[in-house]
Amino acid sequence: MNMQKEPINIVDELTQSDYKYGFVTDIEHELAPKGLNEDTIRFISAKKHEPEFMLEWRLKAFRFWQQMKEPKWANVKFPPIDYQDAYYYAAPKQSANKPKSLDEIDPEIRRTFEKLGIPLTEQQRLAGIAVDAVMDSVSVATTFKEKLSELGIIFCSMSEAIREHPDLVKKYIGSVVPYTDNYFAALNSAVFSDGSFCYIPKGVKCPLELSTYFRINASETGQFERTLIIADEGSYVSYLEGCTAPIRDENQLHAAVVELIAHKDAEIKYSTVQNWYPGDKEGKGGIYNFVTKRGICEGNNSKISWTQVETGSAITWKYPSCILKGDNSIGEFYSVALTNNYQQADTGTKMIHLGQNTKSRIVSKGISAGKSQNSYRGLVSVGKKAMNARNYSQCDSLLLGDKCGAHTFPYIEVKNNTATVEHEATTSKISEDILFYCNQRGISTEDAIGLIVNGFSREVLNQLPMEFAVEAQRLLAISLEGSVG
Amino acid sequence: MSLLKIDNLKVNINGKEILKGLSLEVNRGEIHAIMGPNGSGKSTLAGVLAGKEDYEIVEGTIEFDGRNIFEMSPEDRAREGLFLAFQYPIEIPCVSNASFMKTAVNEIRKYRNQEPLDAMDFLRIMKEKAKLVEMDQSFLNRSVNQGFSGGEKKRNEIFQLAMLEPKLAILDETDSGLDIDALKIVSNGVNKVRNTENAFVVITHYQRLLNYIVPDFVHVLFDGKLVVSGGKELAFELEERGYDWIKKQYNSVLV
Ligand SMILES: Nc1ncnc2c1ncn2[C@@H]1O[C@H](COP(=O)(O)OP(=O)(O)O)[C@@H](O)[C@H]1O
Ligand SMILES: [Mg+2]
Repeated sequence: MNMQKEPINIVDELTQSDYKYGFVTDIEHELAPKGLNEDTIRFISAKKHEPEFMLEWRLKAFRFWQQMKEPKWANVKFPPIDYQDAYYYAAPKQSANKPKSLDEIDPEIRRTFEKLGIPLTEQQRLAGIAVDAVMDSVSVATTFKEKLSELGIIFCSMSEAIREHPDLVKKYIGSVVPYTDNYFAALNSAVFSDGSFCYIPKGVKCPLELSTYFRINASETGQFERTLIIADEGSYVSYLEGCTAPIRDENQLHAAVVELIAHKDAEIKYSTVQNWYPGDKEGKGGIYNFVTKRGICEGNNSKISWTQVETGSAITWKYPSCILKGDNSIGEFYSVALTNNYQQADTGTKMIHLGQNTKSRIVSKGISAGKSQNSYRGLVSVGKKAMNARNYSQCDSLLLGDKCGAHTFPYIEVKNNTATVEHEATTSKISEDILFYCNQRGISTEDAIGLIVNGFSREVLNQLPMEFAVEAQRLLAISLEGSVG
Repeated sequence: MSLLKIDNLKVNINGKEILKGLSLEVNRGEIHAIMGPNGSGKSTLAGVLAGKEDYEIVEGTIEFDGRNIFEMSPEDRAREGLFLAFQYPIEIPCVSNASFMKTAVNEIRKYRNQEPLDAMDFLRIMKEKAKLVEMDQSFLNRSVNQGFSGGEKKRNEIFQLAMLEPKLAILDETDSGLDIDALKIVSNGVNKVRNTENAFVVITHYQRLLNYIVPDFVHVLFDGKLVVSGGKELAFELEERGYDWIKKQYNSVLV
């Protein structure tokens, strides 16, 4: 007598994935005292030898934050965060003074980044990509610095920029995301520890991909980095950030701020491959990723393009946005957000059309598996003076199994009747019937899901620089990978 | 050795007996037709062969090309050369027919330790096979079965069959919903793929299809068993007399 396998739910099995970047590096950290008050902020500022204006700004932000309440409007659920029960500054010990050359880096830290595929030695640097590596609160290494400075490009850690280029920082920091913007932006402005700074001078097309790799290592710390990118007239830069964190039971807060400024005829392409620890299969632990990202197309004919592949974090809450101020400026948002197990994502964009003939394009792809919730939230706003503004939005959802959810919240505000705003949305489901059909053609369940997910995400992945598109494709596959035998 | 050997197969669905001791042997080069009234278990048999999980195998054995089929995953059955043309072909979002077939062909080649086909060869073969079922090239770039008409879906099943060159193809009511021209095209496709090394199990409700795909054997599935078998004349008899005489004859035996 033969018994066929007990009917099992393939989709259930498949969505049991393991996080591959969950190791902890054993290094000593220098911490600020636990908790958050003005002394914490003075401590951070002093540690970084900041000029007075920076400390003043931080303190103003902190005082403002104290008046604010945590926002509740996103479609996510989490227990209250105790802001006094965390460290706001953690630095790998050695880097109190950042090493002068890459070869001086603490071998433990170097190994950490090597495990993550980011070599930090002079010999092994990634070809064609300049990397700023940030661990916990500080930048530990920046590659290709000299080569870039020959072109007048400044690419360094935020701390360094505050010390060495205070005029630029003073002019632009908070100009796109003021500390009054929202709760987490205010918190970040008060306690931000590091991040990347990038300035591309007039007429320069940056020949390398600029990239920042963020790594949280210390426990009970939040990571608050701040990135500022300025593309002066007629310049071009493509920038990419990646991020991972160890597996920990606790939830860690990541509240970053990114500001982009594109002057006349300039273009900034900003790509993110976000893979913070998502928590385990029961929903324990994981990063709260509450990020404010915004760019302004300041000058005419400028362009800002956001591309994001979001697979990590317990909760993702971010809306990379474009303020289209210059005439003929263009804003783009391409997103793949994948949620599995108990992950929650509420992500999307805001396109604010102010100038004439401004154009925006939104392509959002949400993939939900397990018991996760995936929401797209977007705002297209067309101001009174934005003659002939055009927007096209497309929001597609892909469901894997029937315990997950996909939601879309598109908001449209149009104050100029010459505007054209188009919105399309689809929902598809990877059912057991589809998987069986693929199996019957010789394709395994995992490959079938990979095939569908890649097809679904292709339009977004195509926006990424080649090497990262391959990496992102792999990441999507392993985020859904399971134990199907 | 026969290609397929089913012996005393008993299958339940949700505790209800559907197949009650079915036996069938298929050799290479043969075409078997299985006919029977609606709900008699024809699709269940096809599903069990392909490895669908909704069934409880209560008793019996199935050997496919000498191997116990129950020890093989659905994808391995496919890679070993078992093909099911679905009664209701499934729509797959976001995957073009071409990349679906490319993945399938190369997975099967990998299983057989063959190099993957390069893009040029693949394209050439794909165009050739599409022609076999008179399928327009534009269908190759569309998502699998999405927005296809009923007839186009069935044609696509036979296109896939031609691409994968299975040892055993089970056609589950491939003729239903086809007009006479489409029926001829589909049958023609099957006849071109047919050779002395492969075999077909053609499940159908009507004799009509068997004018074009001429079976060596015809079986009637009733009350979970193959109750009558014969040559192609049996199909004509069923067409003429309907299934009632079988129902009468076998119900009385059962009583
Ligand atoms: N998944 C299922 N769940 C419950 N009953 C089913 C299922 N699939 C088939 N059946 C039942 O099994 C019997 C045989 O169905 P099927 O094999 O589809 O018949 P046929 O293809 O000969 O028309 C029918 O009574 C049908 O209702
Ligand atoms: Mg049927």
